[in-house]
Amino acid sequence: MIHVNEVPRQFKPGLKISDLAGEIKPDADLFIVNGHPVSPSLVLEDGDSCWLIRKGEKPSAEELERLLYARHTPGVHEKVKNASVGIMGLGGLGSLVAVALARVGVGHLLLADFDLVEPSNLNRQQYFIDQIGEKKIDALKDNLARINPYLLIETIDGILTEESIPLLFNEVDVLAECFDGAEMKAAAMRCALGPLAGKGFVGASGLAGYEDCNMIRTMKIRERVYLVGDNETAARPGRGLMAPRVGVAAHHQANQILRLLLGVP
Amino acid sequence: MKIVCNGKEKEVRDGLTIEELIVDLELNPDTVVAECNGAIVLRPDYPDRQLSEGSVLELIRFVGGG
Repeated sequence: MIHVNEVPRQFKPGLKISDLAGEIKPDADLFIVNGHPVSPSLVLEDGDSCWLIRKGEKPSAEELERLLYARHTPGVHEKVKNASVGIMGLGGLGSLVAVALARVGVGHLLLADFDLVEPSNLNRQQYFIDQIGEKKIDALKDNLARINPYLLIETIDGILTEESIPLLFNEVDVLAECFDGAEMKAAAMRCALGPLAGKGFVGASGLAGYEDCNMIRTMKIRERVYLVGDNETAARPGRGLMAPRVGVAAHHQANQILRLLLGVP
Repeated sequence: MKIVCNGKEKEVRDGLTIEELIVDLELNPDTVVAECNGAIVLRPDYPDRQLSEGSVLELIRFVGGG
Protein backbone atom coordinates (compact mmCIF):
# COMPACT_ATOMS: atom_id res chain seq x y z
CA MET A 1 0.00 0.00 0.00
CA ILE A 2 1.23 3.49 -0.85
CA HIS A 3 -0.42 6.88 -0.27
CA VAL A 4 -0.79 9.45 -3.04
CA ASN A 5 -1.87 12.91 -1.88
CA GLU A 6 -3.03 11.15 1.33
CA VAL A 7 -5.25 8.68 -0.61
CA PRO A 8 -4.33 4.97 -0.18
CA ARG A 9 -3.46 3.06 -3.35
CA GLN A 10 -2.27 -0.46 -4.11
CA PHE A 11 1.53 -0.88 -4.41
CA LYS A 12 2.96 -2.30 -7.65
CA PRO A 13 6.66 -3.32 -7.68
CA GLY A 14 8.80 -1.34 -10.14
CA LEU A 15 6.40 1.61 -10.37
CA LYS A 16 8.12 4.98 -10.89
CA ILE A 17 6.73 8.21 -9.44
CA SER A 18 6.46 9.58 -13.02
CA ASP A 19 4.24 6.55 -13.98
CA LEU A 20 2.00 7.41 -11.05
CA ALA A 21 1.85 11.05 -12.15
CA GLY A 22 0.94 9.93 -15.68
CA GLU A 23 -2.07 8.07 -14.29
CA ILE A 24 -3.26 10.56 -11.65
CA LYS A 25 -1.86 14.04 -12.32
CA PRO A 26 -0.08 14.38 -15.69
CA ASP A 27 0.68 18.09 -15.18
CA ALA A 28 2.56 17.49 -11.91
CA ASP A 29 6.00 19.13 -11.93
CA LEU A 30 7.08 18.44 -8.34
CA PHE A 31 7.33 14.97 -6.83
CA ILE A 32 7.60 14.50 -3.06
CA VAL A 33 8.18 11.09 -1.51
CA ASN A 34 8.23 10.66 2.28
CA GLY A 35 8.70 14.37 2.72
CA HIS A 36 11.57 14.91 0.26
CA PRO A 37 11.61 16.17 -3.35
CA VAL A 38 12.68 13.36 -5.71
CA SER A 39 13.47 12.86 -9.40
CA PRO A 40 10.65 11.64 -11.70
CA SER A 41 12.56 8.38 -12.28
CA LEU A 42 12.45 7.31 -8.60
CA VAL A 43 11.14 3.76 -8.18
CA LEU A 44 8.58 3.59 -5.39
CA GLU A 45 8.69 1.17 -2.47
CA ASP A 46 5.83 -0.31 -0.51
CA GLY A 47 4.64 2.06 2.23
CA ASP A 48 5.81 5.25 0.49
CA SER A 49 3.84 8.46 0.97
CA CYS A 50 3.75 10.49 -2.26
CA TRP A 51 2.67 13.98 -3.17
CA LEU A 52 2.15 14.99 -6.81
CA ILE A 53 2.16 18.76 -7.04
CA ARG A 54 1.66 21.29 -9.79
CA LYS A 55 3.65 24.33 -8.63
CA GLY A 56 1.41 27.33 -7.92
CA GLU A 57 -1.79 25.30 -8.13
CA LYS A 58 -4.25 25.60 -5.24
CA PRO A 59 -5.32 22.24 -3.74
CA SER A 60 -9.07 21.53 -3.88
CA ALA A 61 -11.14 21.71 -0.70
CA GLU A 62 -11.11 17.88 -0.57
CA GLU A 63 -7.33 17.67 -0.97
CA LEU A 64 -6.71 20.29 1.72
CA GLU A 65 -9.14 18.54 4.03
CA ARG A 66 -7.33 15.21 3.52
CA LEU A 67 -4.06 16.96 4.31
CA LEU A 68 -5.38 18.48 7.56
CA TYR A 69 -7.06 15.20 8.44
CA ALA A 70 -3.78 13.34 7.99
CA ARG A 71 -1.83 15.93 10.00
CA HIS A 72 -4.17 16.00 13.00
CA THR A 73 -4.62 13.45 15.74
CA PRO A 74 -7.73 11.36 14.90
CA GLY A 75 -10.95 13.08 15.93
CA VAL A 76 -9.47 16.58 15.97
CA HIS A 77 -10.25 17.65 12.43
CA GLU A 78 -14.01 16.98 12.53
CA LYS A 79 -14.37 18.89 15.81
CA VAL A 80 -12.46 22.00 14.77
CA LYS A 81 -13.98 22.05 11.28
CA ASN A 82 -17.46 22.34 12.77
CA ALA A 83 -16.45 24.91 15.41
CA SER A 84 -16.89 28.67 15.45
CA VAL A 85 -14.66 31.17 17.26
CA GLY A 86 -15.16 34.92 17.73
CA ILE A 87 -12.09 37.18 17.89
CA MET A 88 -12.49 40.66 19.38
CA GLY A 89 -9.69 42.95 18.23
CA LEU A 90 -7.33 42.15 15.36
CA GLY A 91 -4.05 43.60 16.61
CA GLY A 92 -1.01 41.67 17.77
CA LEU A 93 -3.05 39.13 19.68
CA GLY A 94 -6.12 38.79 17.48
CA SER A 95 -4.36 38.59 14.12
CA LEU A 96 -2.09 35.81 15.43
CA VAL A 97 -4.90 33.91 17.14
CA ALA A 98 -6.80 34.02 13.82
CA VAL A 99 -3.81 32.73 11.82
CA ALA A 100 -3.18 29.87 14.29
CA LEU A 101 -6.84 28.82 14.28
CA ALA A 102 -7.05 29.04 10.47
CA ARG A 103 -3.99 26.78 10.16
CA VAL A 104 -5.53 24.32 12.60
CA GLY A 105 -8.66 24.35 10.41
CA VAL A 106 -11.28 25.96 12.66
CA GLY A 107 -14.18 26.13 10.21
CA HIS A 108 -15.82 29.43 11.15
CA LEU A 109 -14.17 32.60 12.41
CA LEU A 110 -16.02 35.81 13.33
CA LEU A 111 -13.51 38.70 13.32
CA ALA A 112 -14.21 42.14 14.81
CA ASP A 113 -12.20 45.37 14.59
CA PHE A 114 -12.76 49.03 13.69
CA ASP A 115 -9.18 49.94 12.82
CA LEU A 116 -6.92 50.29 9.77
CA VAL A 117 -3.50 48.70 9.23
CA GLU A 118 -0.83 51.27 10.20
CA PRO A 119 2.95 51.12 9.73
CA SER A 120 3.44 50.81 13.53
CA ASN A 121 1.43 47.56 13.50
CA LEU A 122 3.95 45.69 11.39
CA ASN A 123 6.34 45.04 14.30
CA ARG A 124 4.03 42.31 15.61
CA GLN A 125 0.75 41.98 13.71
CA GLN A 126 -0.02 39.57 10.86
CA TYR A 127 -0.28 42.16 8.08
CA PHE A 128 2.01 43.09 5.21
CA ILE A 129 3.53 46.37 4.11
CA ASP A 130 1.30 46.54 1.02
CA GLN A 131 -1.79 46.38 3.27
CA ILE A 132 -1.13 49.69 5.08
CA GLY A 133 -4.33 51.73 5.07
CA GLU A 134 -6.66 48.74 4.55
CA LYS A 135 -9.27 47.83 7.12
CA LYS A 136 -7.87 45.14 9.41
CA ILE A 137 -10.96 42.98 8.95
CA ASP A 138 -10.45 42.97 5.16
CA ALA A 139 -6.66 42.58 5.24
CA LEU A 140 -6.81 39.68 7.70
CA LYS A 141 -9.62 37.98 5.78
CA ASP A 142 -7.42 38.10 2.66
CA ASN A 143 -4.42 36.73 4.54
CA LEU A 144 -6.41 33.88 6.08
CA ALA A 145 -7.80 32.98 2.64
CA ARG A 146 -4.21 32.56 1.44
CA ILE A 147 -3.69 29.98 4.22
CA ASN A 148 -7.01 28.15 3.85
CA PRO A 149 -9.54 29.44 1.31
CA TYR A 150 -12.21 26.98 2.43
CA LEU A 151 -12.93 28.47 5.87
CA LEU A 152 -15.99 30.62 6.54
CA ILE A 153 -14.65 34.02 7.67
CA GLU A 154 -17.19 36.64 8.76
CA THR A 155 -16.36 40.14 9.94
CA ILE A 156 -17.81 42.86 12.14
CA ASP A 157 -16.70 46.40 11.30
CA GLY A 158 -17.05 48.68 14.32
CA ILE A 159 -16.30 49.44 17.94
CA LEU A 160 -17.49 46.76 20.36
CA THR A 161 -19.06 47.67 23.71
CA GLU A 162 -19.93 45.81 26.89
CA GLU A 163 -23.55 45.94 25.70
CA SER A 164 -22.97 44.74 22.12
CA ILE A 165 -20.52 41.88 22.83
CA PRO A 166 -23.12 39.44 24.24
CA LEU A 167 -25.45 40.10 21.30
CA LEU A 168 -22.85 39.85 18.52
CA PHE A 169 -21.01 36.77 19.82
CA ASN A 170 -23.90 34.79 21.27
CA GLU A 171 -23.61 32.03 18.65
CA VAL A 172 -19.85 31.27 18.73
CA ASP A 173 -18.43 28.29 20.64
CA VAL A 174 -15.47 30.20 22.07
CA LEU A 175 -14.71 33.93 22.28
CA ALA A 176 -11.17 35.38 22.24
CA GLU A 177 -10.60 38.77 23.91
CA CYS A 178 -7.73 40.39 22.02
CA PHE A 179 -8.31 44.07 22.81
CA ASP A 180 -5.50 46.53 23.38
CA GLY A 181 -7.06 48.68 26.12
CA ALA A 182 -7.35 47.43 29.71
CA GLU A 183 -10.85 48.95 30.09
CA MET A 184 -12.26 46.82 27.26
CA LYS A 185 -10.42 43.76 28.52
CA ALA A 186 -12.22 44.21 31.84
CA ALA A 187 -15.55 44.86 30.09
CA ALA A 188 -15.18 41.66 28.03
CA MET A 189 -14.40 39.61 31.14
CA ARG A 190 -17.56 41.00 32.80
CA CYS A 191 -19.49 39.72 29.75
CA ALA A 192 -17.84 36.30 30.07
CA LEU A 193 -18.71 36.02 33.76
CA GLY A 194 -22.16 37.61 33.35
CA PRO A 195 -24.37 37.44 30.24
CA LEU A 196 -22.14 34.98 28.36
CA ALA A 197 -21.56 32.64 31.33
CA GLY A 198 -21.00 29.06 30.14
CA LYS A 199 -19.46 30.07 26.82
CA GLY A 200 -15.75 29.42 26.30
CA PHE A 201 -13.73 32.61 26.80
CA VAL A 202 -9.98 33.26 26.60
CA GLY A 203 -8.67 36.75 27.43
CA ALA A 204 -5.16 38.19 27.74
CA SER A 205 -3.44 40.67 30.06
CA GLY A 206 0.26 41.39 30.55
CA LEU A 207 2.41 40.72 27.49
CA ALA A 208 4.38 43.88 26.71
CA GLY A 209 8.15 44.33 26.63
CA TYR A 210 10.82 41.64 26.60
CA GLU A 211 10.65 40.13 30.07
CA ASP A 212 10.98 36.37 30.44
CA CYS A 213 8.42 34.64 28.19
CA ASN A 214 7.96 31.95 30.86
CA MET A 215 6.10 34.51 33.00
CA ILE A 216 3.22 34.25 30.51
CA ARG A 217 0.76 31.60 31.68
CA THR A 218 -2.76 30.38 30.98
CA MET A 219 -4.85 30.83 34.13
CA LYS A 220 -8.28 29.35 34.73
CA ILE A 221 -10.66 31.99 36.08
CA ARG A 222 -13.85 29.96 36.03
CA GLU A 223 -15.20 26.88 34.25
CA ARG A 224 -14.49 27.55 30.51
CA VAL A 225 -13.07 31.05 31.26
CA TYR A 226 -9.32 31.63 30.97
CA LEU A 227 -6.87 34.53 31.13
CA VAL A 228 -3.43 34.47 29.48
CA GLY A 229 -0.45 36.69 30.36
CA ASP A 230 1.82 37.68 33.22
CA ASN A 231 -0.86 40.04 34.73
CA GLU A 232 1.82 42.72 35.16
CA THR A 233 3.57 44.16 32.14
CA ALA A 234 1.34 46.86 30.69
CA ALA A 235 2.22 48.52 27.41
CA ARG A 236 3.58 52.00 28.19
CA PRO A 237 6.23 54.40 26.90
CA GLY A 238 9.55 52.60 27.35
CA ARG A 239 7.92 49.18 27.32
CA GLY A 240 6.33 48.58 23.97
CA LEU A 241 4.53 45.64 22.45
CA MET A 242 6.89 43.33 20.57
CA ALA A 243 6.38 40.31 18.36
CA PRO A 244 7.90 37.58 20.56
CA ARG A 245 5.92 38.03 23.79
CA VAL A 246 2.73 39.07 22.02
CA GLY A 247 3.15 35.93 19.90
CA VAL A 248 3.67 33.72 22.96
CA ALA A 249 0.51 35.11 24.56
CA ALA A 250 -1.54 34.81 21.34
CA HIS A 251 -0.52 31.19 20.92
CA HIS A 252 -1.37 30.46 24.57
CA GLN A 253 -4.80 31.84 23.72
CA ALA A 254 -5.09 29.81 20.50
CA ASN A 255 -4.05 26.61 22.29
CA GLN A 256 -6.55 27.15 25.10
CA ILE A 257 -9.26 27.83 22.51
CA LEU A 258 -8.34 24.55 20.79
CA ARG A 259 -8.50 22.72 24.12
CA LEU A 260 -11.96 24.16 24.78
CA LEU A 261 -13.15 23.13 21.30
CA LEU A 262 -11.82 19.60 21.83
CA GLY A 263 -13.50 19.36 25.24
CA VAL A 264 -10.30 19.02 27.27
CA PRO A 265 -11.37 19.54 30.89
CA MET B 1 -15.14 44.89 59.48
CA LYS B 2 -13.62 41.86 57.81
CA ILE B 3 -14.05 40.91 54.17
CA VAL B 4 -12.41 38.23 52.01
CA CYS B 5 -10.61 39.69 48.99
CA ASN B 6 -9.14 37.24 46.44
CA GLY B 7 -9.13 34.48 49.03
CA LYS B 8 -7.45 36.53 51.78
CA GLU B 9 -9.11 37.99 54.86
CA LYS B 10 -8.81 41.77 54.97
CA GLU B 11 -9.76 44.34 57.61
CA VAL B 12 -11.48 47.37 56.04
CA ARG B 13 -13.45 50.35 57.33
CA ASP B 14 -17.23 50.01 57.67
CA GLY B 15 -19.25 51.02 54.64
CA LEU B 16 -16.33 50.85 52.24
CA THR B 17 -17.47 50.80 48.61
CA ILE B 18 -15.97 48.65 45.86
CA GLU B 19 -14.76 51.84 44.14
CA GLU B 20 -12.96 52.99 47.31
CA LEU B 21 -11.37 49.60 47.90
CA ILE B 22 -9.99 49.46 44.35
CA VAL B 23 -8.64 53.02 44.63
CA ASP B 24 -7.07 52.15 48.02
CA LEU B 25 -5.27 49.30 46.23
CA GLU B 26 -3.86 51.95 43.85
CA LEU B 27 -5.66 50.47 40.86
CA ASN B 28 -7.85 52.11 38.22
CA PRO B 29 -11.46 50.91 38.75
CA ASP B 30 -12.06 51.00 34.98
CA THR B 31 -9.52 48.20 34.54
CA VAL B 32 -10.70 45.94 37.37
CA VAL B 33 -13.46 43.32 37.24
CA ALA B 34 -15.26 42.86 40.55
CA GLU B 35 -17.33 39.91 41.64
CA CYS B 36 -19.06 40.21 45.02
CA ASN B 37 -20.54 37.14 46.72
CA GLY B 38 -20.48 35.25 43.41
CA ALA B 39 -22.17 37.90 41.25
CA ILE B 40 -20.52 40.24 38.76
CA VAL B 41 -20.81 43.92 39.70
CA LEU B 42 -21.25 46.32 36.78
CA ARG B 43 -18.78 49.20 36.55
CA PRO B 44 -21.36 52.01 37.11
CA ASP B 45 -22.32 50.35 40.44
CA TYR B 46 -18.80 50.41 41.98
CA PRO B 47 -19.21 53.81 43.73
CA ASP B 48 -22.53 52.86 45.35
CA ARG B 49 -21.89 49.23 46.18
CA GLN B 50 -20.95 49.03 49.87
CA LEU B 51 -19.20 45.98 51.25
CA SER B 52 -20.44 44.39 54.44
CA GLU B 53 -19.02 42.11 57.12
CA GLY B 54 -18.02 38.80 55.51
CA SER B 55 -18.37 40.00 51.88
CA VAL B 56 -16.44 37.72 49.53
CA LEU B 57 -14.84 39.79 46.80
CA GLU B 58 -12.90 38.64 43.74
CA LEU B 59 -10.98 41.32 41.85
CA ILE B 60 -9.31 40.73 38.47
CA ARG B 61 -6.99 43.48 37.32
CA PHE B 62 -6.22 44.05 33.64
CA VAL B 63 -3.25 45.79 32.03
CA GLY B 64 -3.21 47.19 28.49
CA GLY B 65 -1.55 45.80 25.36
CA GLY B 66 -2.66 43.57 22.54
